[in-house]
Amino acid sequence: MTFYGWFTIVAFVVILTALALPLGSYMARVYTGERVILTPIFATPERLLYRFMRVDPERGQDWKAYAKSLIIFSLAGWLFLYLVLRTQDAPWVPHLLNPLGYHSPPWNVTFNITSSFMTNTNWQYYSGETTLSYLSQMIGLTVQNWLSAGVGIVVAVALVRGIVGRSGKSIGNFWQDLVRTILYVLAPLSVFVALVLASQGVIANFSDYLVVHTITGLTQTVAMGPVAPQLSIKMLGTNGGGFFNTNSAHPFENPSQFTNFFEMLAVLIIPAALIFMYGRMTGNRRQGHAIYATVMIMFLGAVIVAYIAEAHGSPAQHAAGLHTGVISGSGGGNMEGKEQRFGIAGSALFDVITTVTSCGAVNSAIESFTGIGGAVPFANLSASEVIFGGVGTGLYSILLYVLLAVFIGGLMVGRTPEWLGKKLEAREIKLAGLGILITPLAALFCTALATATKGGRASIAEVALSKAGGNTPQGFSETFYAYLSQANNNGSAFAGYTGFVQPNAGNLGAHGITFADVLGSFDMMLARYAPILFALAVAGALAGKKVSRAGLGTMRTDNPTFVILLIGVIVLVGALTFFPALLLGPIVQGLTGHLY
Amino acid sequence: MKTLRGKTWFRESITSILAMIIFVVLGGLLYPFAIEGISQVAFPGDANGQQIHLDGKLVGSKLIGQRFATPVLESDGKPKEVEGVVMTVPDPRYFQTRPSATEGGSDNAAASTFSNRGPNSTRTEEADAKNIKAYLDLNMAPTKQPYDPNLTVAKIPVDAVNTSASGLDPEISPANAWIQAYRVAAVRHLARATVDALISKYTSGRGLGFSGEPGVNVLELNLALDRIDS
Repeated sequence: MTFYGWFTIVAFVVILTALALPLGSYMARVYTGERVILTPIFATPERLLYRFMRVDPERGQDWKAYAKSLIIFSLAGWLFLYLVLRTQDAPWVPHLLNPLGYHSPPWNVTFNITSSFMTNTNWQYYSGETTLSYLSQMIGLTVQNWLSAGVGIVVAVALVRGIVGRSGKSIGNFWQDLVRTILYVLAPLSVFVALVLASQGVIANFSDYLVVHTITGLTQTVAMGPVAPQLSIKMLGTNGGGFFNTNSAHPFENPSQFTNFFEMLAVLIIPAALIFMYGRMTGNRRQGHAIYATVMIMFLGAVIVAYIAEAHGSPAQHAAGLHTGVISGSGGGNMEGKEQRFGIAGSALFDVITTVTSCGAVNSAIESFTGIGGAVPFANLSASEVIFGGVGTGLYSILLYVLLAVFIGGLMVGRTPEWLGKKLEAREIKLAGLGILITPLAALFCTALATATKGGRASIAEVALSKAGGNTPQGFSETFYAYLSQANNNGSAFAGYTGFVQPNAGNLGAHGITFADVLGSFDMMLARYAPILFALAVAGALAGKKVSRAGLGTMRTDNPTFVILLIGVIVLVGALTFFPALLLGPIVQGLTGHLY
Repeated sequence: MKTLRGKTWFRESITSILAMIIFVVLGGLLYPFAIEGISQVAFPGDANGQQIHLDGKLVGSKLIGQRFATPVLESDGKPKEVEGVVMTVPDPRYFQTRPSATEGGSDNAAASTFSNRGPNSTRTEEADAKNIKAYLDLNMAPTKQPYDPNLTVAKIPVDAVNTSASGLDPEISPANAWIQAYRVAAVRHLARATVDALISKYTSGRGLGFSGEPGVNVLELNLALDRIDS
């Protein structure tokens, strides 16, 4: 561990908070229809979009209508993406946008990719540079990077409206929220981030792959592509699907020490801003600050553990005789699967940021993290996307937990629970409980199925590679992480786990592993859309409720006591559901120096 | 009531299709083309991968690590291949990049990949041990003494032995470069101070003064060494 490492972590938190505060206020104004700085530029295009899409943006929707629009739109997106990927080698695709003449990926892998990008998961069994054409990356994946981020954010906005709403059943208009999210929030940020990254070495071209003749007489082929535009929305929308196989570890996706820091900010800026937006929309900013404090405490805990564990080094390194301490000119630590320019702190911090959110981008190999360092992303995922979480998903998930915490707090003091002046009744609590439990349920069910069946074992790299035939904590971790990550719509991986066998670049002779592909798709879709529906239903249930003034007996949700209660509830739910499984995988590795 | 409901589904489906069309045009075509256009004009070097040319020939990208190795030749003069991969030996005259898990350990920049070896895996230990031996061998003078008199297993910086994440890491740690400087200076008959000066020159600093670790760009360093020689 170094001074610079700790300083990076502190600087990150300070800069993030300073940037998220004004963005949160800006977003609150966008969604309440107030005039913002970009209104003069976007008001006309916004109107034209509504006219083209034939929607009346002023027509309020109740939660069912809102959900209906969302589901139909998602379905349309799914079909379009599937078609784009399956017609990758069609004759109408111009050479410029498929310079290497890649064939379409097989149906089962395409099924998984499609479900993955539509649900904001961006789980990747394929590797970009050997599987997809530039056109597929652009109109297929980049488009879903925008839309899945937009869909996540609008659900959070709708839930907040339901919580604070005082007039009838409307929770807003899906189309208006979506268009505003994309025009006023995602687009300006994305253009800015893309241009900054492109100026630092993230490539942006349509070239053929380069052929290099090295000074020692070898040849090297270097993959190219339109990376910068996709990369910026991948980070901002907490999508996380890499243009290249090694994602943000690839020098063309993350070329320098500076871009690493910049990309980390891009991932967390919107989830952090949304929390402040919530505070503003409730009319009491302290509500937002309390949630921000809650998630920040859990976030910092994760960062500190991961940094210390990775700086310590791994049992395998020590067995080989390596010295993993800091020496002059080297930061030491577990550098297996990490890049020199990011070092240990830059890798550990990036890893925590992308696993607390639903981003799932990686700048280092999570499978090569130490036992305890690797338990951190597991724990982050076990908290079900509430520590900042994905754009929108994080906010609506933690608001469901807030509801639960208020309910439990109410039981403790023996009063009818009240939240922001609204009485909580059986219906909301049931819906919130279901919304919270569906993700762990999907993750554990799929893990159990994949661990217990032959079909599941085919995907485990450890089965073929390790001496113990995959019956190792590592083999279990691969499977568990795969379905936990997909259920949380995260997309990071213990990347040994695979659902795609690809002997050649360009998909000739490639085949998917149907079991893993389809089970994963089911996992992602269920854990994405069920909580969305429950969150919207909660919004609907709360929207029409009368608001009463807070009395002496009302439990406050904006003070440190509530922060502690909320952390307790989150940790309790996560620990109770996942602890036994976590013990079998990463924790057992972290507690032993044994090699197997 | 039933027809009304049918109408909603129909209307929302039409809107969804129209929305997909417009978002594909805006987000999937206009946006990437605009970013590419601006980048190609404003920062063409960066947008095209920071290519480095030598005598009009493309010798690499500054950002992509490569092997500085020569092919092993069979007795008939052809490069030796094992399972389709050309066998190479590192060239001691050049600084060497970090181990790579890409196909054939060759910094294959058309298919980046992690090693995915676990922290408690015997495979990790075996790979580390193999890389330690290779590093010691490479930095061993013909006199059977290491070029760097202080070099022992415990002194080897971790980045010299552990596989990089992308398999294409263009940089090595300064500590790794200082050890290799003894070898490169001896083989090229240069003063070590000259080589160390070049190392400092091609070491990237921390981002914003604090983010990340300094790294030495191996390709730039090697090209600079060749310029001194000629």
